[in-house]
Amino acid sequence: MQTPAPFEYSRASSVESALALLERYGPDTRLIAGGHSLLPMMKLRLARPERLVDINDIPDLDHIRLDGGEIAIGAMARHADLLASPLLGRNLPIFADAERVIADPIVRNRGTIGGSLCQGDPAEDLAAVVCALGAELVVRSSGGSRRVPAREFYQGPFETVLGPSEMLTEVRIPLRPGQGSAYEKVERRTGDWAVAAVGCCVTLDGDRISQVGIGLAAVNARQFAAPEAEARLMGRPPSSDDLATAAQLAAEHSRPQTDQRGPQEYKRYLVAELTKRSLVRAVDRARAGGLGA
Amino acid sequence: MKVTMTVNGESVTGEVEPRLLLVHFIRDNLGLTGTHWGCDTSNCGTCVLWMDGKPVKSCTVLAVMADGREVRTVEDLEGAAGLDPVQEGFMQEHGLQCGFCTPGMMMTARWLLDRSPDPTEAEIREAISGQICRCTGYENIVRAVRWAATHQPQGAVQ
Repeated sequence: MQTPAPFEYSRASSVESALALLERYGPDTRLIAGGHSLLPMMKLRLARPERLVDINDIPDLDHIRLDGGEIAIGAMARHADLLASPLLGRNLPIFADAERVIADPIVRNRGTIGGSLCQGDPAEDLAAVVCALGAELVVRSSGGSRRVPAREFYQGPFETVLGPSEMLTEVRIPLRPGQGSAYEKVERRTGDWAVAAVGCCVTLDGDRISQVGIGLAAVNARQFAAPEAEARLMGRPPSSDDLATAAQLAAEHSRPQTDQRGPQEYKRYLVAELTKRSLVRAVDRARAGGLGA
Repeated sequence: MKVTMTVNGESVTGEVEPRLLLVHFIRDNLGLTGTHWGCDTSNCGTCVLWMDGKPVKSCTVLAVMADGREVRTVEDLEGAAGLDPVQEGFMQEHGLQCGFCTPGMMMTARWLLDRSPDPTEAEIREAISGQICRCTGYENIVRAVRWAATHQPQGAVQ
């Protein structure tokens, strides 16, 4: 029987009360949202917080809405909400692509975007998604709030820039005209973590790429990103030769490790193939007006 | 800690350690052993019950997190008019052999049919994709849910 080590439990009724509890109880306190990453780690004693602060009662933290040219997603939006959102489906189909292959429908009823991002698992699909999209993460503390670019949020596996008394409250994603996005993942079986996965966001200005983001999951890429491949594509038309070259660059600069999900060479091959496929789909969607195909 | 929640329409109270999992509270404290306890790792889905109207894996929810919430377990499927069509369907179509995965499968099936009364085979397979059955190869479970879809009115509990 797997049971976590003993801990104390509090509930927060607002962001302010969550922050106050974090300050009062110190660095061995953890926020718990869906709990589908933290509780398994606590059962295995990979995490052993002294206190959990449950943030499921905080109202108005699960929004998905258009706000000043950006899409704003509350930290408590559940995976199922992201998958079902017409706003995301229309504008950022990369979310539905990814959510369809994150865990399973029951787990998606509980897990949240905030919890997934803060967990910092190197194979986290949503980390690759927000890094591809150039999202910013809104971090609150009792002293105020700051916006952290998604690519600066991660310091290493399971490590983020969040201080002990800080809380991720919102994800903000710029909406650009002519934007298309897509996510491609290979997993061993339904609901598993990725062997490798790639998300792309392409903005076309006429027939030139005016902005591109490539996010990689599970292949040990710095900041979940492929900047060399992005640089190759910027400002040029999305020719199939360029997409193939960018895919190779993403593969060369990824640093996958051999493990039970496959050898390094296979994962690197996947990065190239999945980068190519997601770029092609993102470009097609950009040309079709950003709509999900 | 003291917890109070509504389980199958009745208010229940218990004194629990914060680390107690909801599945154990339901089975051991309340004696509702219809909900099964399986893999402990949110993979197998036999512990699925509803919390605030949505199926969740109760091995990965703390009992204290269910404080103040509404829980529905497999014991609540049977209503005054008799078995839920989902239960009938599992009988008619031989949707189980050992029966270990059945409570979770039925709770997910009921939720699917409430939202999508005439699901395709693909929708059924997607809905139960977070649940494992080692006996049936899923074929008869899919048939059981389809049987329930075509026999909805009889004994349905909403």
